[in-house]
Amino acid sequence: MATTAQQKIKKQLTLMLIIVMGMFAFCFALVPLYNVICKVTGLNGKPTAMVAAVSEHEIDLSRTVTVELITTLNHSLSSSVSEFVPRNVKIKLHPGEYVKTSYWVKNLSAQKMIVQAIPSVTPGFAAQHIRKTECFCFQHQPLAALEGKEMPLVFTVDPALPKNINTVTLAYTLFDVTQS
Amino acid sequence: MDVATSYHASGSHADDHHDHGPAKGLLRWVFTTNHKDIGTMYLWFSFIMFLFAGTLAMLIRAELFKPGEQLVNPEMFNQLTTLHGLIMVFGAVMPAFVGLANWLVPMMIGAPDMALPRLNNWSFWILPFAFTMLISTFVAAIVSDTAGSAPNFGWTFYAPLSTTFGPPSTDFFIFSIHMMGISSILGAINVIATILNLRAPGMTLMKMPIFCWSWLVTAFLLIAVMPVLAGAVTMVLFDRHFGTSFFNAGGGGDPVLFQHVFWFFGHPEVYIMIMPAFGIVSQILPTFTRKPLFGYASMVYAISSIAFLSFIVWAHHMFTTGMALVAELFFMYATMLIAVPTGVKVFNWVATMFKGSLSFETPMLFTLAFIFLFTMGGFSGLMLAIVPADYQYQDTYFVVAHFHYVLVTGAIFSILAAVYYWLPKWTGHMYSEVLAKTHFWLSFISVNVLFFPMHFLGLAGMPRRIPDYALQFADFNRIVSVGGFVFGASQILFLFIVIKTIRGGKKATDKVWENPQGLEWTLSSPPPYHSFTTPPVVP
Repeated sequence: MATTAQQKIKKQLTLMLIIVMGMFAFCFALVPLYNVICKVTGLNGKPTAMVAAVSEHEIDLSRTVTVELITTLNHSLSSSVSEFVPRNVKIKLHPGEYVKTSYWVKNLSAQKMIVQAIPSVTPGFAAQHIRKTECFCFQHQPLAALEGKEMPLVFTVDPALPKNINTVTLAYTLFDVTQS
Repeated sequence: MDVATSYHASGSHADDHHDHGPAKGLLRWVFTTNHKDIGTMYLWFSFIMFLFAGTLAMLIRAELFKPGEQLVNPEMFNQLTTLHGLIMVFGAVMPAFVGLANWLVPMMIGAPDMALPRLNNWSFWILPFAFTMLISTFVAAIVSDTAGSAPNFGWTFYAPLSTTFGPPSTDFFIFSIHMMGISSILGAINVIATILNLRAPGMTLMKMPIFCWSWLVTAFLLIAVMPVLAGAVTMVLFDRHFGTSFFNAGGGGDPVLFQHVFWFFGHPEVYIMIMPAFGIVSQILPTFTRKPLFGYASMVYAISSIAFLSFIVWAHHMFTTGMALVAELFFMYATMLIAVPTGVKVFNWVATMFKGSLSFETPMLFTLAFIFLFTMGGFSGLMLAIVPADYQYQDTYFVVAHFHYVLVTGAIFSILAAVYYWLPKWTGHMYSEVLAKTHFWLSFISVNVLFFPMHFLGLAGMPRRIPDYALQFADFNRIVSVGGFVFGASQILFLFIVIKTIRGGKKATDKVWENPQGLEWTLSSPPPYHSFTTPPVVP
């Protein structure tokens, strides 16, 4: 009698500890899960960091989409250290039409630095419809002391972009990744 | 794993010694495995933490008494709000409920003790160390100029406030959260094991007192979400020291992910702090209405469905983070759905009172105040659940008013009701009804003076977590502060009443009240050191 009661409790304890361990693991599983869900649904406005293949699809001349380009410096780069501005702040294009623009970045400090631009698209659902064939955001950008450079961006907006979206904002935040 | 041994040994040796009394001396409290000793320690610990975090709240209200900088600078103000929140949640409300579970669950289900007494001892004794570590950062921030700040990012420790910008003391905070988490998980495992294994013969799950039901569900919530909190603080630790980028966009992470992880823990957590309160109220109400609880089974289903829904509503804390419209709609409707089972509970409480012969002893007064004021807090929660309205209310004093109505007049009032209801059973003495009623009316009036005007402050646009405010908010803030000071002071009266009752007073009968239901009232007042050495028979 005593042993069966003890065995029962041991079994329950094991089960509960498995739940605890499982939920701890689940917490870490939330990280890739979140990324996958956001990628599939486009919920958080994170575009893919991959080169899109140039495709010769039709240009939708029936409508025009305005793409606004904005830049932000992460707190790790104060504005006295670097300059980061788009050459065009507003581009009007027909969906499917490729556009080339560039961003000017300058290291104002006396140290070498490596920067990385992270894109974000508003509204979030438009993120999967921004197709970039060339982007400075695909790689780390090393900058020598006081070096400035033009960084190119070639992109289009997929004609599959929902009809109700007329304006898309493409924001880049520049991070200092010299340490890592 | 002393269950079986203590359970069975006590049966056969019950005649050898009449009562296994407690050991003598201070070490009794260190080594004790007795559920009543541990419950007492939990309750005292939580009361000390309540007074400490309450003192921090008094400082906050003193600072906000007038516009402009009064007592503390903005950095210190942030530390006050952070520690007030953390200590009230993890140090006052949660341990108080665990203490009540320790005292009451074995007596209610007819068991001699908790199922895992040694684990019980450990889960309590982790807590003082965890909180010493957390509070040491605050002491250091005050006495030393070089120690830096105590945690100052709010109890929600959003990244990057706690990662990139967190003061060095954040690491103390992280490890103290780890320890509190371990303590809560062990406590919850113990409650589940006790309820599932040690019920007296004949007590089926659906005959169990509703307090035990509410704690069973709470315990499952605890073992499900405390590990998620542990994971969240671990990720913060890794981002701070080991070069990971869970929450750093520069390295491919996402700061919004932190909020998802945190609130996946955080929303069930707020139900962890209210479920036992539902149980307490459902125990007390039948005694003073002299009617059985209306809709016992529906209460059980309501508790269970609230627990389930609590897992799918977390993002209503994040409506303004730039979520997609469909997600906002989903979380809005899911949140509103919780009003249904909660409404069932409130309806059942009202129906229990309907045509009952009510009497208004202090536990009943606190219970009635709970039902009324908690429902109000629930309604302001519904207002916050409406997405477009939330854009307006978010981060204002309206939110502060809402969660203080559900936590202070909800959770804390239920704890006060429970203490008054069972204190005569625990100590064998009646408390002074005159003093207790004074305590109730002081608390009830002042708590509304304290929190009700906050609704209007919030609607008028006063932001949370700011040590200063625009001049037009001055009058209401003064009223709120006065209410705060009176509410704080009246809890000292509560301390006095409890100590007075422990030291002496009119002898309490075994039943204490007129005709209370439940096994704990079949024991003597105070109950024997080991509750039921032979299991009672439940009809």
